[in-house]
Amino acid sequence: MFLNQATNTSYALVVKKDCPTCALIEPVIAQLAETFNSGLSVYVQDDPSFPVAPVPIDDTSLEYSYDRNIEIVPTLIRLASEVGEEARIYGWDKKQWQDFTGIEDLGQELIDFKPGCGSKTHDPGMDELLALRFGSSKLVARAVELAEAEDIMEVCFDRGWSDGLPVVPPTPIRVIRMLKGTVRSPDELIGIIPPDNVPCTIEKVAINAVMAGCKPEYFPTVIASVEAALQDRFCMHGLLCTTYFSSPVMVVNGPVTKQIGMNSGVNALGQGNRANATIGRALQLLIRNVGGGVPGGIDRATLGNPGKYTYCFAEDESDDDWPSLAMDRGYKREDSVISLFAGEGLQPILDQQSRTPESLAKSMAASLRTVANAKLFMLADAILIISPEHRRLYRESGWSKADVRQALVDELVTPGAEVIRGANDNAEGMPEGLKDKQLNKFRDNGLHITTAGGKAGMFSAIITGWIASGEKGSQIVSQKI
Amino acid sequence: MTVQSTTLLDPTAELQPSERQLLPRLSSLAGATVGLLDISKPRGKEFLDEIDTLLTGMGVKVKRYIKPTFARIAPTELNQQISVECDAVIEGLAD
Repeated sequence: MFLNQATNTSYALVVKKDCPTCALIEPVIAQLAETFNSGLSVYVQDDPSFPVAPVPIDDTSLEYSYDRNIEIVPTLIRLASEVGEEARIYGWDKKQWQDFTGIEDLGQELIDFKPGCGSKTHDPGMDELLALRFGSSKLVARAVELAEAEDIMEVCFDRGWSDGLPVVPPTPIRVIRMLKGTVRSPDELIGIIPPDNVPCTIEKVAINAVMAGCKPEYFPTVIASVEAALQDRFCMHGLLCTTYFSSPVMVVNGPVTKQIGMNSGVNALGQGNRANATIGRALQLLIRNVGGGVPGGIDRATLGNPGKYTYCFAEDESDDDWPSLAMDRGYKREDSVISLFAGEGLQPILDQQSRTPESLAKSMAASLRTVANAKLFMLADAILIISPEHRRLYRESGWSKADVRQALVDELVTPGAEVIRGANDNAEGMPEGLKDKQLNKFRDNGLHITTAGGKAGMFSAIITGWIASGEKGSQIVSQKI
Repeated sequence: MTVQSTTLLDPTAELQPSERQLLPRLSSLAGATVGLLDISKPRGKEFLDEIDTLLTGMGVKVKRYIKPTFARIAPTELNQQISVECDAVIEGLAD
């Protein structure tokens, strides 16, 4: 019998046995059932033996709780058949419950107030699980069902989804969790992925980010890395196909590096930091799996380089007066930015003897001269990574980053006659016609400078660039995260 | 022990590469126009010059094309131009 048959009002109550407030109001539940009879439906999230009366509806699947978006138990919902939910209250507030139900002596013997407990739908990890089960998660990627005997790790290798190292199996729940890292819709197109030139959705990026081992909080950075790679200036297609060593190298700047725990310090370019390792890997897996860029297929690298597994690090931005790579490229210190450079390897610059900036710049220039080949100029760009100790020497000598760059450029100006083909009994070199010219080693804007590394060690380094640097091939690109 | 079945989401483009048939081969070069495409790799010109000489000596009409850079795919306009103007094309691919 409905309390108010004219408006067809009914009530739904959601409880869980494990909640002391729900236990407290057990007599109230019985009182409500007496009053409303079939106009009250009680849903229990954890144990259908609770409450004793009336017999509750088993919601241990949490389907009803999820559909109703229950956040707190107990929650009492007033429903009107015409309009669905009219209003809801939660926790126990005697006066509120009495007003809400119109039962003046409801729970008269109980304390006045006791806050509720969290709904089971809000247990850790439950939201994604329920979204997968009952929600409209909008995932459209083909579901690959594994047979019982199949090893989940081996399946990923067998299907060609791996770069050679184990991947995290991309289960739907993991992909949904990854997608929580962005506000962007799974079905949004992010761009056309080379070399197969395939339209790619945020969902596919998420799947590959899962496989790379990313946490959801890295996902915006992964998305930005993909957008950077797809900028025409970067020439991802050509970079993938080249016989040269190069592959995307990622430098991350700004607050995001600390927020997601990236490493810019000790061993910044080495192993051991999950964010560094997996963000770089995610792009590589995406190019492989969505783009179809597989070594020996369209990836024709003669030797390749180990950075083709992953090559991603954060810049040390501890010196406020030293502009970051992103700032050199027009961004602000507070911007989070990822920059992609077509490069490879790491060439050390050891200098433990220099005590003047001029001397140190000579060491750096001498090493930079060998990028690609000491006799080839204006060919490959480079990133110079200045270690904190070397930066300190420059800074304590009063040199700015611009001073360092200018000193390097000046030091590298070379008479053409010294580096033309045949000079020094060496066939490689610059065209004969440049014999009488003064040559710059790097194109304008071809030498990029960043800082990373541990506080100890007078060791800087060079990431050498693709020999198709510049407009004819690849230029460094940046993307705001 | 219950063995739970597992589902993975396909990380690939889920594309079956469309199989493209080769165009019919020319049975003879008589009256044909052959395009020579230089992709801007070092010494591509020298290689194609030789081919040019050989083909011209055989009485074949030759047209020359250059890609702006080897590092990037050919512009669509260039592909279309070659397909309209030539019966066959020879590409100087590597250096």
